[in-house]
Amino acid sequence: MNTKKWLSYPYTIWMGIFVIIPLFIIIYYGFTAEGGGFTLSNISLITDPINLASLWLSLELSLVSTAICLLLAYPLSLILHGMKLKNNSFIIMIFILPMWMNFLLRTLAWQNILEKTGVINTFLKLLHLPALDLINTPGAIIFGMVYNFLPFMILPIYNSLSKISDDYINAARDLGANSLLTFLKVILPLSLPGVVSGITMVFVPSLTTFVISDILGGSKVVLIGNIIEQQFKTVNNWHTGSGLSLVLMVFILFSMAILTKYDKESEGKNIW
Amino acid sequence: MVKKFFSRFYLGLILLFLYAPIFILIILSFNKSKSRSRWGGFTFTWYHNLFQDEAIMEALRNTLIIALLAAIIASVIGTCACLAISNMKKIPRGILLGISNVPMMNADIVTGISLMLLFIALNYPLSFSSILMSHITFNIPYVILSVMPRLTRQNAIIYEAARDLGATKSYAFFKIILPDIFPGILSGFLLAFTMSLDDFVITYFTKGAGFDTLSTIIYTEVRKGIKPEMYALSTLLFISILILLVLINRKKDKEHGEKPLRNA
Repeated sequence: MNTKKWLSYPYTIWMGIFVIIPLFIIIYYGFTAEGGGFTLSNISLITDPINLASLWLSLELSLVSTAICLLLAYPLSLILHGMKLKNNSFIIMIFILPMWMNFLLRTLAWQNILEKTGVINTFLKLLHLPALDLINTPGAIIFGMVYNFLPFMILPIYNSLSKISDDYINAARDLGANSLLTFLKVILPLSLPGVVSGITMVFVPSLTTFVISDILGGSKVVLIGNIIEQQFKTVNNWHTGSGLSLVLMVFILFSMAILTKYDKESEGKNIW
Repeated sequence: MVKKFFSRFYLGLILLFLYAPIFILIILSFNKSKSRSRWGGFTFTWYHNLFQDEAIMEALRNTLIIALLAAIIASVIGTCACLAISNMKKIPRGILLGISNVPMMNADIVTGISLMLLFIALNYPLSFSSILMSHITFNIPYVILSVMPRLTRQNAIIYEAARDLGATKSYAFFKIILPDIFPGILSGFLLAFTMSLDDFVITYFTKGAGFDTLSTIIYTEVRKGIKPEMYALSTLLFISILILLVLINRKKDKEHGEKPLRNA
């Protein structure tokens, strides 16, 4: 079937123009000054106290949200797996379905829940408990991140769990392992590729978001994504914006490298 | 028994967490008061007004056309690529699949910015077609991801057998390969369509002034207050896709029941 090689040309050309070249354009802008000369000043702007603080905050919030997503998603995937549904697409459906309500509106709805006069505080009032200050805090942003990206943790973990053959588990039990030991020695290591891709799928979008912090953080919480967005949309300094984007991409590349290391045998096709 | 109760309870809690904002949006779509935080009584006004609102209808058309075209074109390009890649040697195969990981793993904001810079560098106007091309770009990986696992060595062997028995290339392709990978193409298409519909960040950077999709309208309305018609529209979209997916799933369930016979 060698004659079919040409079928890959549209794809190769498309990805070359719309993926590879744009990356080089960002690199070009990131390393040049307004006039066109080479400079490192765009990159080194990340050490500016304001930028550094927001990068640090972004890292902090995205790591916390990733950890929470993992803690919520792993037991959930075990439960879903234990239900032994014969139709996998049903599981995928219930977690993708929320995406049909616009992402911005869904995040905005959390304002209603977290606000001073929102659902949670009204409920607390009924119980005569003191009101909580939830909206416009880093906590609210973590909430939004966990909410938006949790499905991206659940689906890969569930997928990797459903690939584990029951024979392995039965063999472990036959050889005298109790259920805890079976989990630690068989299920957990075999589900690791799903865990790793889930971590990347949650960490990268959380690290780089500017919308969630916009909606749930007011203007009080500024993440690195907000700073980059402002460079392009309000300040109009593409060089600085590209430089900061390149810094961000270092973190993304780092997590991609970890992903490919763990995902070798599946050739990266099992992220979902 | 206790364990089962706890696991059902936990599943229920997570689903409540995922669907709570959706219930709130549906409730808001029937709220007479324009304020998000006060219940002013039940009304259908917003559903009625929705169809008279030119701006929203226009944005809805744009959103649906872009999502549909992007998903179709991405499905064609992606499926063709999979057919070719599955026959390649390890190294070119790894490179081509690696490229498809880039837009998927990269941050939306970086993808959006880099595409915007590309269009500006080429002096290409930022409007409908720039958004469409950007959406195709981030949709292709989802198609590849869904189609690639379906192309196994098994169907290559059956394809060769069909050829040996005198089937023409296209006959063997349409009778052997396509039916086998079709579910993958369909789920890739649906995934791509959903991602395109839900996208805000990449559209935001690659759109020009004066052109809006639902997401970008909502984003500008976030500060001055969302028009309640938007809640009505999202509710309608959500309910219709819910019905559609339930119908598809029903059909699939029936097919699942028949499958063992066919494979035996």
